[in-house]
Amino acid sequence: MTAAAFDETRRVLEPGVSETSVTDHVSDLVLERKTPAWWWIGFGLSLSLLLLFVVSLAWLFIRGVGIWGVGWPVAWGFAIGNYVWWVGMASGGTIISALFFLTRSEWRSATNRIAESMTVFCVACAGIMPVIHLGRWWYSYWLFPYPNTMGTWPQFRSPLHWDFVAILVYVIASVLFWYIGLIPDMATLRDRAVRRWQRVLYGILALGWQGSSLHWREYRSAYLVLAGLMAPLVISVHSIVGLDFAGGLVPGWHETQFPPYFVFGAVLSGFAVVLMLVIPLRRALDLDGVITPRHLDVLARLMLTTSLLIGYSYGLEIFMPFYRGEHAEITVVLSYLTGHYAPWYWAKIVLNAVIPQLLWFRAARLNQPVLFTIAAGVVVGMWIERYVIVVASLHRNHSESSWAVFTPTFWDWATLAGSAGLFLTGFFLLLRFIPMVSMFEMRELVRKKKREGGR
Amino acid sequence: MAAVFGPKANLITKLVLLGAAAGLLTLFVGGWVFPSIDYYTRVGFVRPQPVPFSHEHHVGGLGLDCRYCHTSVEVSANAGMPPTHTCMTCHSQLWTNAEVLAPVRQSLATGEPIRWSRVYDLPDYVFFNHSIHVAKGVGCTTCHGQIDRMPLTWQASSLSMGWCLDCHRDPAPNLRPREEVFDTDWKPTPDTPTGEQLLAAYDIHPATLSDCSVCHR
Repeated sequence: MTAAAFDETRRVLEPGVSETSVTDHVSDLVLERKTPAWWWIGFGLSLSLLLLFVVSLAWLFIRGVGIWGVGWPVAWGFAIGNYVWWVGMASGGTIISALFFLTRSEWRSATNRIAESMTVFCVACAGIMPVIHLGRWWYSYWLFPYPNTMGTWPQFRSPLHWDFVAILVYVIASVLFWYIGLIPDMATLRDRAVRRWQRVLYGILALGWQGSSLHWREYRSAYLVLAGLMAPLVISVHSIVGLDFAGGLVPGWHETQFPPYFVFGAVLSGFAVVLMLVIPLRRALDLDGVITPRHLDVLARLMLTTSLLIGYSYGLEIFMPFYRGEHAEITVVLSYLTGHYAPWYWAKIVLNAVIPQLLWFRAARLNQPVLFTIAAGVVVGMWIERYVIVVASLHRNHSESSWAVFTPTFWDWATLAGSAGLFLTGFFLLLRFIPMVSMFEMRELVRKKKREGGR
Repeated sequence: MAAVFGPKANLITKLVLLGAAAGLLTLFVGGWVFPSIDYYTRVGFVRPQPVPFSHEHHVGGLGLDCRYCHTSVEVSANAGMPPTHTCMTCHSQLWTNAEVLAPVRQSLATGEPIRWSRVYDLPDYVFFNHSIHVAKGVGCTTCHGQIDRMPLTWQASSLSMGWCLDCHRDPAPNLRPREEVFDTDWKPTPDTPTGEQLLAAYDIHPATLSDCSVCHR
């Protein structure tokens, strides 16, 4: 590889990108650009999936959770698997926007809006799952510690209650973080808009942002504090998700490695989704100037890193039961490897730990179709991982008399597909109304690069 | 271009913020305050009955003992509603033509029980036991109020779980000697044993009284 070609993959901005060109391009996408055909097709498909979600939920509420394949001993099925999957994908977005903000990573500026928008709707999908999987979902507010006439409080020792608190905080915090990051851009859109409804809409959303130095000073400290809170929050949220399992005595669940193991998986799937969004959006929205091969390279490296971490966890998951010599745990591990769910298990190994090893090669990292395929494989693989953890562990528990196989029903699949509809519908809407690249951060980056001289 | 938002926008913003605060207040009131008030718990509400039975007349006026009609209150979980025959021990002789007693006579004639309307109606997942409370020195009026002064029966306590638990966690102030349980006018005197003494005497252990299994079997 020549030095010039190498340089190309190190740039976070293409030559010729200026403060005004970024602002013009990104705001025109929202304000001026005619809604493209691919948007209508994608939005239509998403909307039909969302309709499927509404129908599945309506049927669920009418008939009860028995319409799913869950029962005994596998009482947690798709709903919990989906929940962990969605909240995991959300985590990657927060890691990119919060953690890499704290590390001052330059490549974060162009991708953080996509990552955060993804987070917001992944968290929405995640938040729904634990509620709908309750047999009596209309009592779900009992999870909230409020003074009531019953004199009762939630059980604060249950990881499921921590989960409720964690997801509630995460929903609120990620929406706040996303919105606060949007305010200066909303003001830009308000000032550039010509149509009255746009000026009113973005004017309201900008909350009277003037961009004075006083505003900016307060803004920066608020954003820094939030980022400093979000980074540990996302780690603890997903650790708590891990404790939902590790807190139980089920063989295959009761492992101390679960909190970091789940965080690794979460971040892996999060990076994969961001890649799956960044690659097509870069082309569809003509963002080549600000989302460069450098961004894809970094995201691919991060995906590789987390894939190695999760590979390590998979290794421990197999090794520890034999090392401990606990009969029930060995039974579960053997059922992973050779039992009813073995095809799922091996699929997760291949998709999450084996195929991503291709990312050791620069050629694979910079080849967008290959990168996209690997990322898509990881997203599927991470869903399978949660499915295997939830179902395969439960179906071989301590007592042989309660061994049974879980078979998903149509409504299990419909709920999964439908929740993707909720995510996609939300994301498509944001795509049309929200700038997908943070304009003010990009302007700062351009200024910084100019100060440093050259690119 | 003219400004999009006039000076009125400031007012509207404040109103929206106020609205959000009002929303939070509504949640608080709806979730906690409203379920605690008498209107919600029906405390003090009289229910229409097929016969306007008066505890004031029968207990306060005539001096009947509670157990004359509610016979099983000392031995059974259920205090028992008196059957038509109990009414007829007197009303076959007294007020035999009274219009208000027509349903009672009809009930005797047809064998159909009178459809009394239940005033103290706990959900069926609560297993309340009358006899244990009577045996441990909880008087009728502690929960049912000054029943001897009720021309028509109304609910005297909220029956909310919080109300039950308040007493189960600290029963002492609500205990009286067993002999006084059915005395509707009982007041503690200087000679009355204290709540703590009664706790010990009747072997009451509040620590276990708020376990779920006490009421929710």
